[in-house]
Amino acid sequence: MAEPMTAMPASPQPRQRRRLVRDLKAMPGFTATAWLCIVTLYLPILVLIAFSFNENRSVVLWTGFSLDWYAKALENDGIRNAAWVSVKVALFATVISTIAATMAALATTRTKPFIGQGLVYGIINQPLMIPEIVTAIATLSLFALVKKLTGLNGIGYLMLAHAAFCIPFAYMPIRARLETMTLTLEQAAADLYAPPLKVFTLVTLPLLGPGIVAGAMLAFVVSLDDVIITLMIAGPGETTLPIYILGAIRRGITPEINAVSTILVAVSVLLVMLLFIVQRRMQR
Amino acid sequence: MSDREPQSALAAAIDQNKRNERVTRAWLLAPALAIILAISILPLGITVVYSFLTPGTYGGVTWEFSTDSYVQFLFQRDIFDDTLVFNSAYVSIFLRSIGLALGATLGALILGFPTAYFIATKPREQRNIWLFLITLPFWTNLLIRTYAMLLIIRDEGIINIMLMKAGIISSPLTILYTDTAVFIGLIYSFLPFMVLPIYASLEKLDFSLVEAGYDLYANRLKVLFHVIVPLAKPGIVAGCILVFIPGLGAYITPELLGGGKKLMIGNMIAMQFGASRNWPFGSAAALILMALVIVVLLVNALAARRGASNNG
Repeated sequence: MAEPMTAMPASPQPRQRRRLVRDLKAMPGFTATAWLCIVTLYLPILVLIAFSFNENRSVVLWTGFSLDWYAKALENDGIRNAAWVSVKVALFATVISTIAATMAALATTRTKPFIGQGLVYGIINQPLMIPEIVTAIATLSLFALVKKLTGLNGIGYLMLAHAAFCIPFAYMPIRARLETMTLTLEQAAADLYAPPLKVFTLVTLPLLGPGIVAGAMLAFVVSLDDVIITLMIAGPGETTLPIYILGAIRRGITPEINAVSTILVAVSVLLVMLLFIVQRRMQR
Repeated sequence: MSDREPQSALAAAIDQNKRNERVTRAWLLAPALAIILAISILPLGITVVYSFLTPGTYGGVTWEFSTDSYVQFLFQRDIFDDTLVFNSAYVSIFLRSIGLALGATLGALILGFPTAYFIATKPREQRNIWLFLITLPFWTNLLIRTYAMLLIIRDEGIINIMLMKAGIISSPLTILYTDTAVFIGLIYSFLPFMVLPIYASLEKLDFSLVEAGYDLYANRLKVLFHVIVPLAKPGIVAGCILVFIPGLGAYITPELLGGGKKLMIGNMIAMQFGASRNWPFGSAAALILMALVIVVLLVNALAARRGASNNG
């Protein structure tokens, strides 16, 4: 050992060590862990989907392909009503929250920084920061009070509650879009004597379009998937699809639940994939 | 004179402009702020008020001031002589929830960090696909995902069947309705929240620093823990908070996978507004949960500020 040291003053060791690390970025076991995560995230859902097509009543033993459970689910009045309530609530929440979020995004990006901007961000994002169960029981308390004072009932409460927690989700992509849009085109239009309203409708809004679409889709998905807030405040006859599914699971597991679940998952996944494509377009 | 007039006119115009801008901004902000203030923030105030009232006979509240809800959290009133006896039932539910949420955070970190690193070291085109795969579950219904998990960890679920067919076990492992099930369910639910922020900080990682580490004789473990992890710290902290907070307030996971027997704070609160109908106590418990969340966020904000001032 001592001989080569004297022969070669610069130790050869670093180079050897260095060569051992073939790929600078690789870490042992990391690739396997990543795949494990993907399998963990997707395997349960894939099993659920697979058994929604099972001929048998079992959600365990595969006997053959069939669409019976979908037929059953679509014939089920409870499911149809719940689906209709879900769509109604989600559409209302999407329209209201997207309009409110678009206006708020314009206010927070298209005007100069102002005092209280941090507070405004805080308020808009508030529904994201508080545990959902807390918002749920708090909203329930408010609505119970309002109902007692006014005697008004109806699905409006549920719709408003959904609109509130959808706002931050609609706001995020719209604000992101506005932040990447330059003011040049709007300024050019204004220089050509377009009145502010025309600048907005003919220039800003079309450019902002993809952001608004993205925001609306997120709001729709978030409303469609909500469980906890809806569970606490929905009155009789206001059962949404997720609440119906929760009740059905408590009563006992059937492939019919798998079929409804698959439909709901498919709707969300399709919307999100569409969103992904819209956003990729936006980046170009 | 002639010089002054246009100037003041200009100043007035600018003033007018500024005022207009303020007015426009106020109108634009009004709907969003009004909805959130009325439907999300005002109710929190009501919750605070409710927590100091007396429960009504059939749910709801009667308007009589009382601190019983907070007392009930720690003590049980003896029905005979009205003395207070320490009652650990509710405290232990909180401690259990904190423990489960912390465990799930750690589990998600152990799984999520390597995954984030793996994605960050992929070629740019592949990263988007991987990120999409990690994000997609977040947008699918949590209830349905939890139900799907229930299907595979049941006694008759696919995991037990496969293990039994392989001859590894002879009778099914009971996972469902145990703490293990809740723990697995929480990791499964919130794993994407861990991966995404860590990815965001690793994406910017300068690999010449890793190379420098190897050049200085560090082995992989040393490079990982002394170079990569410190650089990814902001993402790791953000990920841990994003998993811990929803984990602490989880409702669906313990409800389905814990079978409603293994309670967490979220179920305990919901129950007060349902079957056992003690709205003031439920309100108090919700506020205590919120206080815990705020403490976590504050500690994080303070630590971040201290870190920033140390570096600066």
